[in-house]
Amino acid sequence: MSTIAHTQKRGFAGTVWDYLTTVDHKKIAILYLLAGGFFFLVGGIEAMMIRIQLAVPNNDFVSAGLFNEIITMHGTTMIFLAAMPLLFAFMNAVMPLQIGARDVAFPFINALGFWLFFFGGLFLNLSWFLGGAPDAGWTSYASLSLASEGHGIDFYALGLQISGFGTLMGGINFLVTIINMRAPGMTYMRMPLFTWTTFVASALILFAFPPLTVGLFMLIFDRMFGSGFFDVAMGGNTIIWEHFFWIFGHPEVYILVLPAFGIFSEIFPTFARKRLFGYSSMVFATVLIGFLGFMVWAHHMFTTGLGPIANAIFAVATMAIAVPTGIKIFNWIMTIWGGSIQFTVPMLYAVAFIPSFVMGGVTGVMQAAAPADYQFHDTYFIVAHFHYVIVGGIVLGLLGGAHFYWPLMFGTMLSEKLGKITFVLFLVGFHLTFFIQHFLGLMGMPRRVWTFLPGQGLDAGNLISSIGAAFMAVGIIIMLVNVVITQKKNIQVGRDPWKDGRTLEWSIPSPAPFYNFKQLPLVRGLDPFWIEKMEGKTEMTPAEPIGDIHMPNNSFTPFVISLGLFIAAFGAMYQADEGKGWAIPVLIIGMIVTFGAMLYRSIKDDHGYHIHKEDLLDDAGKGGTH
Amino acid sequence: MANLQPNSGDPKVTYEYRRKKHAEEMRMQVITFTMMIFFTVIAFAAVGAGFSKWFIVPFVLLLAIVQVIFQLYYFMHMSHKGHAEAQLFMYSGVLVGFLTVLTFVTIIWW
Repeated sequence: MSTIAHTQKRGFAGTVWDYLTTVDHKKIAILYLLAGGFFFLVGGIEAMMIRIQLAVPNNDFVSAGLFNEIITMHGTTMIFLAAMPLLFAFMNAVMPLQIGARDVAFPFINALGFWLFFFGGLFLNLSWFLGGAPDAGWTSYASLSLASEGHGIDFYALGLQISGFGTLMGGINFLVTIINMRAPGMTYMRMPLFTWTTFVASALILFAFPPLTVGLFMLIFDRMFGSGFFDVAMGGNTIIWEHFFWIFGHPEVYILVLPAFGIFSEIFPTFARKRLFGYSSMVFATVLIGFLGFMVWAHHMFTTGLGPIANAIFAVATMAIAVPTGIKIFNWIMTIWGGSIQFTVPMLYAVAFIPSFVMGGVTGVMQAAAPADYQFHDTYFIVAHFHYVIVGGIVLGLLGGAHFYWPLMFGTMLSEKLGKITFVLFLVGFHLTFFIQHFLGLMGMPRRVWTFLPGQGLDAGNLISSIGAAFMAVGIIIMLVNVVITQKKNIQVGRDPWKDGRTLEWSIPSPAPFYNFKQLPLVRGLDPFWIEKMEGKTEMTPAEPIGDIHMPNNSFTPFVISLGLFIAAFGAMYQADEGKGWAIPVLIIGMIVTFGAMLYRSIKDDHGYHIHKEDLLDDAGKGGTH
Repeated sequence: MANLQPNSGDPKVTYEYRRKKHAEEMRMQVITFTMMIFFTVIAFAAVGAGFSKWFIVPFVLLLAIVQVIFQLYYFMHMSHKGHAEAQLFMYSGVLVGFLTVLTFVTIIWW
């Protein structure tokens, strides 16, 4: 009976309510994709404004103050509100299916994580309309952020705090899911690489986000309650913020890039029709990158005067990371070597990723040499480097992943033709924008500068860079058109649309039933679905008889808990102002909403429901056709 | 879960076997409990005897670390099977925390 409720057609309001209350990992994935996609576009518009301002010398498209706000929000939005949620979208959509689980370990917390991220991001972006955005750079170094006037930095600190809670919850949830909910036979060394990278990235989230939380709380106290952690005049130390930020911030870049590596590690074997070369060394390299990622943060601070010994230690540790990364690069090349290659859109992104990312890696090793870094520091060379790793690694991974997993998430296939146009425009635009910036940096153009003088050799380079940015923008617009056309046509492509799916996520019917697996699959090796196909089967061998499935109930509570914190944040921010007596009550009301909702959740028994065996048998004739 | 086995209803685990396991575990707990009290007495004695600060601080810290290990392994059953992941994450966390503190005391507040 309960099965029927889930297959009924819903009106628009019903669909919205369903998504507001959902605890299904597949729907939460779509929510992450929508919200992350929205913030990606916001960050992209900010990027376009930066490039318009810098296209010609002495430009006055935006003022210097506004420029600072734009670069700060571009960086913050792209890292925290676009790249992370988009990766979380794929983790949610794919990882539970890859390990043969019916959902993540804590579906309620999964929903709570999303809504916390969403309200945190919303709060941060509302700063544009409420007196000015943060303007101290995405790193928000304390000497700048403590001096920043207005509420911009408060929006940054409170917004990131709230969305950071959500990210931390998501990471813990993925860890527990991968440790406890693998299907029978799915040993650690049979897990697909995307699951492995999700696991390591989640472990990094677990260890890296607490330092950020601590640092942000200290910043909040310094700005709003008059403490002096970072205030030199009060005996504090401004460098402590930099350490906290980068103890978080360096693992953060691995949190982002490892899942992108995972996506590529799924794309390569699928379209080369070969198993991943050196699977165990790939796992080893992933874990090693995660491990080393915690010992290198001070390379962001070589010029703060750590002293030659500290600089040397961190320089060597940084260069060591190139070794496991190199292992991965060679493994990917060896995977496609001799394969029967199909150049689909995801494969194009994957192939283009290798040289692009290697270029970013090479400049990374250049900067790891501490004496040389004194020259590169705070120039456009740095900007070029991190855009090469972030765009060349993560964004190509996200775009490739979007095309690759679109059929899994929506049951439709994005147009290959438009996809190829997007790919060419984006890749050309990307190299056009950022390659020239290496040279601008070496010629002395400082990072975060809002304009420059003519006749200093910077004019042509900046113009080329801005033209490249326009190419990327057109590419993304075409991709949006592609999405709209595809969803409008709504041609369902069914199970295993790429024909060469290797892992469990491709073995379930499309659209996926809400309980994922009617019977948990029996995993007999790496690439389990491929193994079954090679033996002439079309489905996985079940590991259990058909039985009742326990499912969680939908809940509106995660939304309310997050909304309460969102309201409370306004109160916390404005309580320091003169003549804003309403702020403290708002803070208290918000907290009451949050804790009230948590109390409600704790007191009310919610045992979920069962899908009965008979309904499952019925379902074979309807939604879950094979 | 393997770590719950001593109390499980698994018919393969015989009553005799479980009794023996419980007795063994009880003995270990009593021994470690005695040792922990003993360590605490030594720690107080070391401070009371008025040794040099450079001896007392590392010594008491060492005793504390040993006590934490006893606590985790014998009272919280980390010595049982099925705790590999928990151990991995705890030790990773300890390592990260240690590195952070080490860096702070060496290059910020040197």
